[in-house]
Amino acid sequence: MTMIFGIPLQAFLGQLLIGLINGSFYALLSLGLAVIFGLLRVINFAHGAQYMLGAFVAMLMLQYFGINYWFALVLAPLVVGLFGAITERFLLSRLYKLDHLYGLLFTFGLALTIEGTFRYLYGSSGQPYSVPTQLAGGTNLGFMFLPIYRGWVVVVSLVACIGTWLLIEKTKLGAYLRAATENPILVQAFGVNVPVLLTLTYGLGAGLAAFAGVLAAPIYQVSPLMGSNIIIVVFAVVVVGGMGSIMGAILTGYMLGIAEGLTKVFYPEASSIVIFVIMAIVLLLRPAGLFGRDV
Amino acid sequence: MRKTFVASVVTPLAVLLASSTAFSQTASDGKVRIGILNDQSGVYSDFGGKSSVEAAKMAVEDFGGKVLDVPIEVIDADHQNKPDIASNIARQWYDTQQVDTIMDLTTSSVGLAVQALSKDKKKITINTGAATTDLTGKSCTPYGFHWAYDTHALAVGTGGAMVKQGGDSWFFLTADYAFGYSLEQQTSDYVKANGGTVVGSVRHPLSSQDFSSFLLQAQSSGAKVIGLANAGLDTANSIKQAAEFGIVQGGQKLAALLFTLAEVHGLGLEAAQGLTLTEGYYWNLDDKSREFAKKFFARTNKMPNMVHAGTYSAVTQYLKAVQKAGTDESDAVSKALHEMPVDDFFARGGTVGANGRMIHDMYLLQVKKPDESKEPWDYYNVLATIPGKEAYLDPAKAGCELVK
Repeated sequence: MTMIFGIPLQAFLGQLLIGLINGSFYALLSLGLAVIFGLLRVINFAHGAQYMLGAFVAMLMLQYFGINYWFALVLAPLVVGLFGAITERFLLSRLYKLDHLYGLLFTFGLALTIEGTFRYLYGSSGQPYSVPTQLAGGTNLGFMFLPIYRGWVVVVSLVACIGTWLLIEKTKLGAYLRAATENPILVQAFGVNVPVLLTLTYGLGAGLAAFAGVLAAPIYQVSPLMGSNIIIVVFAVVVVGGMGSIMGAILTGYMLGIAEGLTKVFYPEASSIVIFVIMAIVLLLRPAGLFGRDV
Repeated sequence: MRKTFVASVVTPLAVLLASSTAFSQTASDGKVRIGILNDQSGVYSDFGGKSSVEAAKMAVEDFGGKVLDVPIEVIDADHQNKPDIASNIARQWYDTQQVDTIMDLTTSSVGLAVQALSKDKKKITINTGAATTDLTGKSCTPYGFHWAYDTHALAVGTGGAMVKQGGDSWFFLTADYAFGYSLEQQTSDYVKANGGTVVGSVRHPLSSQDFSSFLLQAQSSGAKVIGLANAGLDTANSIKQAAEFGIVQGGQKLAALLFTLAEVHGLGLEAAQGLTLTEGYYWNLDDKSREFAKKFFARTNKMPNMVHAGTYSAVTQYLKAVQKAGTDESDAVSKALHEMPVDDFFARGGTVGANGRMIHDMYLLQVKKPDESKEPWDYYNVLATIPGKEAYLDPAKAGCELVK
């Protein structure tokens, strides 16, 4: 059997793929964070809570209204996105003229409140949510057993990432958005309603987080803790990729997912810190992040 | 004349003497205060959590709210599964809040830290939430008690059942801290002693989200049984993801070594059906256990697991011991706790060993199929009762220095 670094090639390939799957979640979540930070200059600590909300909304929709996974995949991000937009419009937007720290504190407090409420209502052991029947089962790839659902996660998150990137970099709306962050007063002078653009952006970011949450619901227990477990890692991803760099966030998400996956084979005890070690090294060598522009 | 003298002098003296002993029969500071210290916000907050606090309060109310004519109080705090935070809270409770005893203490690392601190402070701990046998083994103390279950009982129960079904090669998924090591070690020992082998293990950090990488390693190991030496949400996620990767369909069996009613409820019968597990209590066992469970449900909206029921039992027994000792002074209460038999809806004919281990019967349970469950929370079939003497280590052989 072919060996790579002392482990069988098959196991190595399997772990690479697993890393890619986890990387998909990191990429989707860090993408939303990067969009919000890039355009609003807000460090959105509520991102993990919005991800958790996505999963819960999907679960509750199924439980109370019988809405299945496929509709939830569209509806839950809309609901959470709307919630995000309302939060931005009435609360967060009041903090723009203050120091960035206030935005961070506000979203952090919001996250704690949402998580605490759900923990009170649903406990920590989580709630079940099944894989949709169309995507149940798995396929044997020769080197590993790939659950079809995980394959679906990789594909759909890749599509969502590229779609968001295209939206911001290649469309007219995206151009407005980018211009509005560079110089809001000038853009407003051209007759563009900047506050509405910012509200939409925050809603989009929250919706993306919820989308990742719905994708995650059949894999992980739908638990109030799921957001806080992942959010710190996602922040590290954004820092490594370069704050505000959208493509950077996507690529780094996949890269770090793979790095983490491989650590789980070679030295599993370190798997929860490897991303932070990488972050420290990157910050030492390239303080603006791998894909960030030096300021 | 002489007789009258004896009667008139000695009798009042005797009365005085008797009343002075009676006078010493009080709590030191006008109240008995019980602290419940556990995880109220993290991976183990359903395992014990706020519901344990509620169980302790129920025990106090059922006891009448008073012992030795002083009021009983329950206070609680969240230790976030961090031994340093737990030790700080415990120290504060002992030094400034007149707490007499601390219970629950979920998470082995926390349990060990607080038990060691309490020994120095001469305070009683009754651990109902943590699992490691070290609490009554090499780290045993004269004031430390271990009540509901331990890693040895889980190894004998769930591990034993698996070996009997032909599961003779094992791979472990182990939580990377004291509890996981202890559980893996004891299950391994048990498996090996019964002619099985352990082909490997992997250690994962506490509260991991994704277990697929570890499960893949377990899958490729070819072991017949994958032992989950973790707990709470970690175990629930392991089981859910194992199903996704077709591990059970592939012929490997999962042994959830520490899994309780709270996690079965979270996972749902669909995903949990058929799992074999070991608990020290099941609410639907008989009338006595149901009576407590119904009252508990009315207050918490969930059925109790062995940690909740164990905490009720521990609080009650502690109060009985205070009453028997006539004081809340730790040496006397500890002596009473060691001597008194435990007989309630939780422990039937339980005894406390010299190492502080409360030895009582455990139950080998299997999670019902969804169509077998007749009412909400009707989750288990009882496969066997494991006698306390088999489930727990002999106090003389537990490695505790207090037992000669």
